[in-house]
Amino acid sequence: MTAATVMSGLLAVEVPYWATAIIKMGVIALVIPTAALVLGYVFLMKIMSFMQSRLGPMEAGPYGSLQLLADGLKFLQKEDIFPEKADRTVFALAPLVVLVSTFLIYVVIPTGPDAVVAQLDVGIFYALAVSSLSVVGILMAGWASANKYALIGGLRAAGQLIAYELPLVLAVMGVVIQAGTLDLQKIVTAQATGEIFGWGGIGNPYILTQFVGFFIFLVAVQAELTQPPFDMPVAESEIVGGYQVEYTGFRFLFFFMGEFGTAFAFAALAAVMFLGGWALPWGDLEHWAFNIVGPVILLVKVMAVAALIFWFRFTYPRLREDQLQRLAWKFLIPLSLLNIVVTGVFKVIL
Amino acid sequence: MIAEHVAFGIIAAVMVASALRVVTTRDIMHAALYLVIVLAGVAALFLLVGAEFTGITQVLIYIGAVIVLFLFGIMLTRSDFDQDTEPDHKRKFPAVLTALLLLAVMIGALVDRFEGIKLDANLPDGLTPQTTAQVSDELFSQYIVPFEAVSVLLLAALIGAIVIARREEGG
Repeated sequence: MTAATVMSGLLAVEVPYWATAIIKMGVIALVIPTAALVLGYVFLMKIMSFMQSRLGPMEAGPYGSLQLLADGLKFLQKEDIFPEKADRTVFALAPLVVLVSTFLIYVVIPTGPDAVVAQLDVGIFYALAVSSLSVVGILMAGWASANKYALIGGLRAAGQLIAYELPLVLAVMGVVIQAGTLDLQKIVTAQATGEIFGWGGIGNPYILTQFVGFFIFLVAVQAELTQPPFDMPVAESEIVGGYQVEYTGFRFLFFFMGEFGTAFAFAALAAVMFLGGWALPWGDLEHWAFNIVGPVILLVKVMAVAALIFWFRFTYPRLREDQLQRLAWKFLIPLSLLNIVVTGVFKVIL
Repeated sequence: MIAEHVAFGIIAAVMVASALRVVTTRDIMHAALYLVIVLAGVAALFLLVGAEFTGITQVLIYIGAVIVLFLFGIMLTRSDFDQDTEPDHKRKFPAVLTALLLLAVMIGALVDRFEGIKLDANLPDGLTPQTTAQVSDELFSQYIVPFEAVSVLLLAALIGAIVIARREEGG
């Protein structure tokens, strides 16, 4: 049963292909700003404040929960400024490229047995490929701003994202070898029906066997998101705001949504690959109820991973550029290669 | 099959237009960005014929890595915003000659292989589009020797590049 048939079953009408496509796109288009709002409010505004012994926003809405909506409205009112020497077309398109890259990741994230926009055979490979598109947007922004800080920021971002693309992909390889598939949906079922030494009480969430991969994945995600401690591309105290420095109003809002939307997407990918995704190891995985409970289960796991990601962000000081490169090439990549070899050996033996 | 034909037409038209802009635009940054559209079009064509894995690889390698290196190089070497750098035409003749030779070879190869062959639009019965697992099975059994040869070639190129870069650095 596909998502389309479920939908037509619920609505009791035959939904044509193009209509389901539009509905699905609409759902993602709603999910990204919501995800950005949730992560931005819960972690950036509240948890970070608590970690620093302060309250954070308290005025707009209960416990300041409407603060980001207010900020969003504020951004929309601002003037859309183009620097005088900017390359106008490229400057205008850059935030969109970043946002489209984020949008495309959501397409393959499964939230239930049928609740997925598109179940691709190449699943996780697709997600990592489209996530790398955002670099093009960042470089476009850095170049088109005609600003030296933006240019330096763009260059730093490119160097960093290329370096951490490798550990990101290699960390996933361990999971792929263990599950024997790239398809995210099948990775979920493999974990839910898996067994640890013949005991299937809690399935086999890959965080238990692939904890090295999980660690490398989280570090690489941190760098991909250009978050502290890897925030040299946007470091305020060094280069003002990097490639974002000339952006105002809704274009800056696009970058913000892209950043937190991608954080959510990567947390979801980690939850799917290492924590068992939408499934629980008990019960019938094909049951329709998982389409409704699944997203909630996934959301809980996503928030757990996001908490880790943002905890790193609020805790560690910024690295230097050479330390960043050394960490990637001399530590993370060899470690992930070792992880692949060990996983491969165990896969053949067991 | 009509939807695929329309999609092919649109993608091909966009690709040809962008490819022309790559070579006619005066701004090297724009040329690189138009190249992104052309390469994305290639990926879309792969997806259109059901070659998912190849299409996604195209995106990851060409747009995610090769183009990023291009942009990186352009930004490192041409950070003069005020100056309108005119491309020079000193090596026009060898460039035209190379392009024509390449065109001749490609046309020759295509005609030689596909002349008079009409591919069936529908897959024959019992044949499904290849999955990633099938691709990897073939790659690591039937085509293992060329695969390893390419790996060694790439490794040699990699080491060569590092050696050249380091020598210049040492002065």
